[in-house]
Amino acid sequence: MSKIRLNSFVTLCGAVALAFGTGSAALAQEGRDPAYAAARAAGQVGEQKDGYLGVIGNASADVRAMVRDLNNKRRAIYTEKAAGKSTIEEYAFATACRLIAQTQPGEKYQATDGSWKVRGAGAPDRDARCP
Amino acid sequence: MKALELTGSVPAATSPAMMSQAQYDPQRKGFRFGGRAVCAVMLVLGFGSALGGCVNVSAPDKPIVIELNINIRQEVIYRLSQDAENTIKENEGVF
Repeated sequence: MSKIRLNSFVTLCGAVALAFGTGSAALAQEGRDPAYAAARAAGQVGEQKDGYLGVIGNASADVRAMVRDLNNKRRAIYTEKAAGKSTIEEYAFATACRLIAQTQPGEKYQATDGSWKVRGAGAPDRDARCP
Repeated sequence: MKALELTGSVPAATSPAMMSQAQYDPQRKGFRFGGRAVCAVMLVLGFGSALGGCVNVSAPDKPIVIELNINIRQEVIYRLSQDAENTIKENEGVF
């Protein structure tokens, strides 16, 4: 049952990429786990403005567990990279600026007011402090 | 009347009939003391309002501090931007 759902997500992901005809979509998703890529494309997972992933709506327990795992890994990376440079929060914030800018059309991100927005063709609604 | 108020030492020989009903005060000294008290109160009020002005001037200090904070943060984030980009590329599966 979950495999069928997963397949439908992957198909949807492909459809979205085709619909927007963006060659860079494949580039950004190269190293991602298929389940993660599918959840992003389906709008179940979005980029938060604090540098972590957020779950949108009533996603499955699998998706929630995957997001928790990825956020733990992100936290570890931020902690390691921020050492001697800035606070962990600042490093995560700076990364979020980049991550939101790199979202592909159709993917979700957290806007400055905290709401979830679907990335369109134009520039995303990012924090004013983002370079 | 004016000469009476300026010198203030000798009470003028007046009778109730010479004064209008409202201005006449049989205890003239008490009246004069009251005038000085009013003057003192006004002075104190003047100082009070001056102090109030000082407090108002110091109030905008807070927003200035917050603005400074934002500037520092923005600078840090700007400096980290390229570093963050490299981190994203190094850890493709996580981002």
